[in-house]
Amino acid sequence: MRVTRRRAGRAAALAAAASLLLAACGGGDIDSGDSGGSAGGADCGDFNMAINPWVGYEASAYVVGEVAAQKLGCNTNYLKLKEEIAWQGFGSGKVDVVIENWGHDDLKKEYVDKQETAVVVGPNGNVGVIGWYVPPWLAEANPDITNWENLNKYASDFSTAETGDKGTLWDGDPSFVTNDEALIENLKLDYEVVYAGSEAALIQGFRNAEKNKEFYLGYFYEPQWFLSEVPLVKVDLPAWEEGCDADPATVACDYPEYILDKIASADFMASGSPAADLVSNFTWTNDDQNQVALYIANDGMSGEDAAQQWIDDNPDKVDAWING
Amino acid sequence: MTATVDDVGAAASTDGQSALTVNNLWKVFGPRADKIVGSPEADLSRADLLAQTGCTAAVRDVSFEVSPGEVFVVMGLSGSGKSTLVRCLTRLIEPTAGQVLIDGEDVVSMSDTRLRELRRHHVSMVFQHFGLLPHRKVIDNVGYGLEVRGTSKADRRSRAQEMVDLVGLSGNENAYPDQLSGGMQQRVGLARALAVDPSILLFDEPFSALDPLIRRDMQNEVIRLHHEVGKTMVFITHDLSEALKLGDRILIMRDGALIQMGTPAEVVATPADDYVRDFVSEVPRSHVLTLAWVMRPPRPDEALTGPEMAPDTIVRDAARRVIDAADPVKVVDNGQLLGVVDQDDILRVIVAEETPS
Amino acid sequence: MTVELTEIEHPAAEAPVPQDDEGGGRLRWIALGVVVVVWVILGVIFHGKGTQDLPVSQLTAFQEWLNELRNTIEDAKFNGNPIFLPIDWLSEALDWTVTQLQNLFVSDSSRPQGVAQVGWAGVVALAVWVAYALSGLRIAILALAVMLSFGWLGYWEQSIDTLIITGVSVVICVIIGLPTGIWMSRSKRVTSVLTPVLDTMQTMPSFAYLGPLVLIFGIGNPGAVVATLIYALPPLIRISAYGLSTVSPSTVEATTALGSTSTQLMTKVQLPMARRTIIVGLNQTIMAALSMAIIAAFIAGPGLGIPIIDALSVLNVGIAFVSGMCIVFMAIMLDRATSAAGERSEATSRREVNGQRRRLILGISAAVAVVVVAISHNQLRWNVFPDSEWGRRIANWVNDATDTISNSIGQFTRWLSDAFTEVFLNPPFGLDAWFVDAPWWLVSLGILAVAILLGGAGKEATPRLAAAVALGAAAVLMSGYWADSPLDMSWVIYWGAVVALLIGSSAVGGGGALIPTAASISLIFAVGLWNDSMVTLTMTLVATLFVMIFGIVVGVWMGRSRRVDATVRPFLDGLQTLPALVYLVPALAFFPAGRFLAIIAAVLYAAPVAIKITADGVRSVAGPTVEAAQSLGSSRWQMIGKVQLPMSKGSIVLSANQGLLFVLSMVVIGGLVGGGGLGFLVINGFSQREDFGKGLAAGIAITALGIMLDRITVHTAARYGRADTA
Ligand SMILES: Nc1ncnc2c1ncn2[C@@H]1O[C@H](COP(=O)(O)OP(=O)(O)O)[C@@H](O)[C@H]1O
Ligand SMILES: [Mg+2]
Repeated sequence: MRVTRRRAGRAAALAAAASLLLAACGGGDIDSGDSGGSAGGADCGDFNMAINPWVGYEASAYVVGEVAAQKLGCNTNYLKLKEEIAWQGFGSGKVDVVIENWGHDDLKKEYVDKQETAVVVGPNGNVGVIGWYVPPWLAEANPDITNWENLNKYASDFSTAETGDKGTLWDGDPSFVTNDEALIENLKLDYEVVYAGSEAALIQGFRNAEKNKEFYLGYFYEPQWFLSEVPLVKVDLPAWEEGCDADPATVACDYPEYILDKIASADFMASGSPAADLVSNFTWTNDDQNQVALYIANDGMSGEDAAQQWIDDNPDKVDAWING
Repeated sequence: MTATVDDVGAAASTDGQSALTVNNLWKVFGPRADKIVGSPEADLSRADLLAQTGCTAAVRDVSFEVSPGEVFVVMGLSGSGKSTLVRCLTRLIEPTAGQVLIDGEDVVSMSDTRLRELRRHHVSMVFQHFGLLPHRKVIDNVGYGLEVRGTSKADRRSRAQEMVDLVGLSGNENAYPDQLSGGMQQRVGLARALAVDPSILLFDEPFSALDPLIRRDMQNEVIRLHHEVGKTMVFITHDLSEALKLGDRILIMRDGALIQMGTPAEVVATPADDYVRDFVSEVPRSHVLTLAWVMRPPRPDEALTGPEMAPDTIVRDAARRVIDAADPVKVVDNGQLLGVVDQDDILRVIVAEETPS
Repeated sequence: MTVELTEIEHPAAEAPVPQDDEGGGRLRWIALGVVVVVWVILGVIFHGKGTQDLPVSQLTAFQEWLNELRNTIEDAKFNGNPIFLPIDWLSEALDWTVTQLQNLFVSDSSRPQGVAQVGWAGVVALAVWVAYALSGLRIAILALAVMLSFGWLGYWEQSIDTLIITGVSVVICVIIGLPTGIWMSRSKRVTSVLTPVLDTMQTMPSFAYLGPLVLIFGIGNPGAVVATLIYALPPLIRISAYGLSTVSPSTVEATTALGSTSTQLMTKVQLPMARRTIIVGLNQTIMAALSMAIIAAFIAGPGLGIPIIDALSVLNVGIAFVSGMCIVFMAIMLDRATSAAGERSEATSRREVNGQRRRLILGISAAVAVVVVAISHNQLRWNVFPDSEWGRRIANWVNDATDTISNSIGQFTRWLSDAFTEVFLNPPFGLDAWFVDAPWWLVSLGILAVAILLGGAGKEATPRLAAAVALGAAAVLMSGYWADSPLDMSWVIYWGAVVALLIGSSAVGGGGALIPTAASISLIFAVGLWNDSMVTLTMTLVATLFVMIFGIVVGVWMGRSRRVDATVRPFLDGLQTLPALVYLVPALAFFPAGRFLAIIAAVLYAAPVAIKITADGVRSVAGPTVEAAQSLGSSRWQMIGKVQLPMSKGSIVLSANQGLLFVLSMVVIGGLVGGGGLGFLVINGFSQREDFGKGLAAGIAITALGIMLDRITVHTAARYGRADTA
């Protein structure tokens, strides 16, 4: 019995020796000296891009992230986070950039003004519109429906089992910027908000409604690739004026036009990383974003692949970001 | 502890001979149990006490002494407090009041360390449900007590092997408990208790869970071991025949209290009350009683020419000779005639199973 | 999210069945009927009054205070308050550990320097070797297949990330949980203090504490590990405490009598003897950790949760399906490996003779594993998992199928959703009429009456009733519903009272359902979420009704036939290992968002447990009884109706208990897809800064709901069925 054990040990030792031999003699194609960083990447390092939950955002984020990875040698990490959680990450260095920000004055007050962990880097070139939309067949069949004052007339048509007698106003992800509950209250509309939960659920709702000629009123926004598939029609709410939405409880006017901006971690912008310059320089149009978003949402490409496609097609725009 | 208990204890403990002395021991279970002893409630019956205070007096005011080498049996119906009593001896259950002296040392006031010493070296116990470690082999179960006191592996193996052989389990040392029969498992329990070479062995109904045949084997085993190793033993049982068979003396408990204490013959011959009488009514007296309990003064007309016998001869053993003898048998101790026994006296015990008057 | 351990937690003590006498039983049913009738009539009269319905954006004083608390914590952290020194140190240590493990084991093809020290081949070899050493050849083969499937399905990195988060959390769980379990097994007082804490950890919806965790530990690895830890710890503590305290008392006594110290007793007696039970606890903890590690993706935890969230936000059923497959395979591997390890460890330690051969094989295979590790260290092919099209192909196929199906049944499912909602939820017929649209006092009294009739008031009912009234009065005062301005009460007192209510609700369980129910209702009211809680409660009740129907029908079918059982059970196991989040994606593809969708997901999630418990109950009806009934000429339906169902009454109540808790946890997740109620508030609180307080309050309300439903069913079971009481 003793013998067997010793033999086992010997076999193990032999094998270990063989493996060491193998390891030493190589035949390997990995430079085991240092595993970090390819050429030019040394001064970029990690680049942490937050991804908020709508496809337009993803488009911008992946394009910037992939440019940083390929042209600047950064190690880009994508972090799927809701806005508010992403902003909390600036302080700890876990998040470097939120590439498309819709307003969020409360968060700016906390993290930019008070904690000074975040900085506003400037507009990203996209112009945001938020509003209530109906499918095109509905606007065609009932042209007056696009005026908010007529909405109560149609409330029962918009009703679903979820809201009983009242009309249903579909909202998206709870994290999206919205005044809809207050609007319904203050405009005395016979409606109730139901959260579909995500952009995709809204899109599916609109798509079905258009196909089956059903009533559907939903929160939606531009830039948005889906509008090229189904050109939704926006309902006019009382026009926005400076200050009309100052108090979230009494707001009774449409959403403003958002100049979407880039928010970044203060430390990251001060770090001198080449990616910081890229973020500063990055701007593009709503059409650019819609194009990439379409790749992702409609053609089922991964974010990286979609970004790659666009980068290959638009070398001059990319060069402009890099060379400032 | 109350002053009276101390006084009595001090008086009793002056006798340095006993291996184990118990003085006025109480164990009360329940809320505020320590307030009961010495209060008027202590005199209530067990049921009343429970109803009034929610406490159970499992052991009430029990005192006894056990001499070195003696086999002392505690007997009583289930629930009479036997297990509690025996556990109080090494404080597996903390006594509520009273005194326990082992080799003259007070157990109740021992520190935890000293108490552990006592359990590791002086007193060990065999349990009704064996209490073996299912994940250890027989040999390692037997060696457990040595292991916890830090004996080296080699020493405890060899000592454990000796014990395994002693209890007749040779060849089974590498088995696991669940591979053994109940009787064999209890032999392991016995070996484990013996392995630490204690001066006192406690048994809590060790054979109650076993089949009758195996039980008899085990009883004989205990008798044999007692002859071989000569330990002091406290043996708990609810089985009178077991008590009579093993015990030098018997203590009978009911509802926590001591009812009677004496030799087997005393208990059988003069039951203290109906409880005990009930107990002993099924016992074949001839197996227990000695001639001392059946002899009578010779009648004037009797010839004192029969054979002589000692007073501690068991009736059953004397029967043949008494019946065969033409004249009554003389019961003689140290050459002094104590009384006589004739055929009728013997037959009365054997056949009628009457209580001798 | 809940507990899968009740089978162990409520040891099926076959105690004498506490049957009520016939007369008392009938009286109780009549009383129940009266309560329902009164409830219905008053509900009609007072319809829509006193429903305490507040808009989402309106916060009660308590909820505002939670917001302030959040800001205070954030400020403290920002200002470098020394309290955060150890916390920061801890998060950094966790982050460092996870990152090091990732560098060691996770090769990531998408990153330029994504070459790990040990490549995929090495990781597979190590996993297989460990599986072999601990659990034997069969599990080793299983591990090989599962590990390779991660790569073939295209989720190698995410799978290993998930394994790392799960592994680190489980190790910490053991470090914390085992001593705590030991402590609990030794002290009644510790048990009574920890039980409500553990209850809360298990019923508090994870989204409710993700927010606070991010605040304290930050996003990414540390937050993910801590969140996983919180959710996964209770099973190990509970089951090991249970295992240790039930170690044969005679053995403990015998070894004490031989002079063991308490440490010797623990290490030589109790731990070895409770080992099997502790491994069961470990198994449960691993499963819980795995499911929570997925949800941790919401706070940037690495791993398989990321594709799931992706799939949810772009409604890609294919991706959800494929990454769900990885999770199920991983769960099966971990589950089988731990169970087998538990059984084997004993067996191998007994078979010493084979030990020599075993050691030889282990030595050789270890050497082989080392060689593979070495190769994977320096050869790219064996380091970065080669691209595989399989995952994408399966995903596309599933997506195509989904599109086809949802196109053809889309209209039908929308009709079904509307019809179901109208019939079961909406007034005038649905349950909402009696819960959501009825006045709060009517509903509270109604629930209390039902709780007392079913679950009993306990001994000394009068003082308990008085206590319940006092609790309610305090809650009404604290809720602030009627105060024009927030109640001017010191926050310390307020918070203290809430905590006292929370602990009271689970700790003062003594003897009946009255006190826990009263405390839970009071708590729900006190945190200012009455109406939303009722929305969640109706959804839970309706979903549980269907869970029970499935449970009994399928359970009886399985319980009566071994063949059916053998076919159906693997599917149930699979469904159970799938994290709740994964169900939502296909459900959302086929059904419109709303309460019906949440209910469907909840039924899917909870039915397997209910079915299994019922099946086991029916099966355990003793053979002789069935035989006797057969010999008396019972028909099949007589057998089911008169023998098997009545005799498995205890299991059925137990499955209702588990069904309720599982449904509740899923109804909360349903807040992600239009389910409304507390679930939505919890998710919303996680998403919007100003709604944080309301979200946390909703988390508390869900916990209270869970405890209330649990205690009512447990006490009902104790009175009418087997004595299943905790
Ligand atoms: N831990 C305990 N708590 C309360 N009562 C107990 C406890 N242990 C024993 N008793 C009670 O003490 C009495 C004596 O029990 P015990 O010593 O086990 O009797 P025996 O061993 O003679 O059967 C019984 O009435 C029993 O119910
Ligand atoms: Mg006993």
